[in-house]
Amino acid sequence: MTEVAALLASPIAALAALGGALLVVPVLLPLAGLLLALAFGGRHAARIARTAITLGMLAAVPIAAAVLEAGAPLRYDLGGWAPPLGVALQADGLSAVMLLTSAVILFGVGIYAAPGYRIPAGVAETRGALAFWTLLLGVWGGLNLVFLGQDLFTLYVALELLTFSAVPLVCLEGRAETLAAALRYLLFALLGSVLYLLGTALLYGAYGTLDIAGLAGHLAGEPRLPPAALAAATLMTVGLLAKTALFPLHLWLPPAHAGAPPAASAVLSALVVKGSFFLILRLWFDVIPGLLALGAAEILGALGAVAIVYGGLLALAQVRLKLLVAYSTLAQLGYLFLVFPLAAAPAANAPVILTGGMLQLVSHACAKAAMFLAAGLIAKALGADRIGGLHGIARALPLTVLAFGIGGLALVGIPPSGAYLAKTFLEGAALATGQAAWGLAMQVGGLLTAAYLIRVFFHALSGFGRPPALVSRPALAQELVVLGLALGALFLGLLPPDILALMEIGRPGSAAGGLP
Amino acid sequence: MSTATLFGLCGAVLVGLGLYGLICHAGALRRILAFNLIGSGVFLLFGVVARRGAAAGFGGDPVPQALVITGLVVAFAATVLAVALALRLAQARDAEAEPVAGAERAPGSGP
Repeated sequence: MTEVAALLASPIAALAALGGALLVVPVLLPLAGLLLALAFGGRHAARIARTAITLGMLAAVPIAAAVLEAGAPLRYDLGGWAPPLGVALQADGLSAVMLLTSAVILFGVGIYAAPGYRIPAGVAETRGALAFWTLLLGVWGGLNLVFLGQDLFTLYVALELLTFSAVPLVCLEGRAETLAAALRYLLFALLGSVLYLLGTALLYGAYGTLDIAGLAGHLAGEPRLPPAALAAATLMTVGLLAKTALFPLHLWLPPAHAGAPPAASAVLSALVVKGSFFLILRLWFDVIPGLLALGAAEILGALGAVAIVYGGLLALAQVRLKLLVAYSTLAQLGYLFLVFPLAAAPAANAPVILTGGMLQLVSHACAKAAMFLAAGLIAKALGADRIGGLHGIARALPLTVLAFGIGGLALVGIPPSGAYLAKTFLEGAALATGQAAWGLAMQVGGLLTAAYLIRVFFHALSGFGRPPALVSRPALAQELVVLGLALGALFLGLLPPDILALMEIGRPGSAAGGLP
Repeated sequence: MSTATLFGLCGAVLVGLGLYGLICHAGALRRILAFNLIGSGVFLLFGVVARRGAAAGFGGDPVPQALVITGLVVAFAATVLAVALALRLAQARDAEAEPVAGAERAPGSGP
């Protein structure tokens, strides 16, 4: 048994020995795949994209292993030029976890989308397949660069690559309503990125560097946060909030996420909004840690709490299944912002709180991808996705409905799901720091989540004796991959503590903290 | 008032005008133009930063200028994408409106 494990581990160990140069792989693979797919055309795009994603998933494992083994961030200076002259890539624990999560989810989405976006032999080529796979690779490349970039301007370019790939995914079907949703999404995103760029300009003007570590070094020396840094942080945070769709900048999200094809919705909801959230974490915890002490964290937390309740109530009121799932994303994003006020408390154990937030993020990514994909299968099978018209679907598509249910349970946060563990961490921190109100927001959110899921299941499980007429049946591989993602979210809480410790690597003060 | 300050203020005014346009106008084209106005303001600010950082006998700090060039390319791509989307949206809405208009006319007692 140990020989097998050693044999399996040896290529990973060999790759891990590459060290920092390994970080180039997650950035290069998507872009290489994108260029190859463009060169070879839509007939081969699926194979190229899925191969690249599989390789990327395999590369993310040794990166995580190397970070875990070294107990320190993995770093690579591009071209051998160290900042401030050059640009660095760096993977700390958070980056390693995000690289792995996004590769796994894209792998699942790749399997799911394969039957829908392929061009059979003998059929004239259409643009749909090529567009989908190249955009998917573009999203992946943007995300990986967001996770690894250490330079605020590189991160800006990564954010734009992510946006420009994500927006056309919304309107792949070309209907007027999805085009309108995509245009609205793009305008919100452009406002967000231009505000981010303005903040970058201010920071460069004040400190003459855009390197995260360099800026943090300059700012750590200041007794009070200088006005330029404060203005820059405000602009950048607001810009990123518009891209993350935190209440009240959420208006673009439901039509865009609900109108996109299911495979695209899953990627948009599970990963794309998390990219800009990841940058908010970077900004608040790595670039300008002084922000947390200013009381602004309470504003972010309050907006998050409002998003939890407001998104939950709106999800409860939806008539269409995909819109319900989209509004649920709005609510679940709110949980992520509770991290800020909890970590801002003087006695807070920030690394553990951040781990809780990241667990929620990863858990939501898996669960929401599964739910959007399952909702897509249901909508395709029935030809419509009205919640009131779901009667008997549990008998017609048992696997799909099971996957939707397991994803929903993981979202509510029953043990042993990742969300359960995340909420344990966050509620524990809320009690320990005397901020029980944030814990209450989480409880209310959990109840609302359960309520809107029960509403779906009331319809899906009723209607015995009259099986619904299915327009088409989903492929077994599609149903299985959805089930796999849902089970991943459900069993995330069973991860060994070592993996959780991975998330804390590279956090300042993580040595003092540790898990509860 | 130094030239750099003057240009900095101009940049701030452009950003403000663009922000007003982006928030207060409903038309897609006007909002795209407003976005470009904000972009111009930000690029002007980068220029000011380059001028202010010019020490040691240089005419300007080259880094912000390199950033502006990249930023221009990105803003141009964004504008193209937005205009293309707006065009497709207009076409799709026309296409959706046409059959309805035809259906109204077809059974009627047209002149």
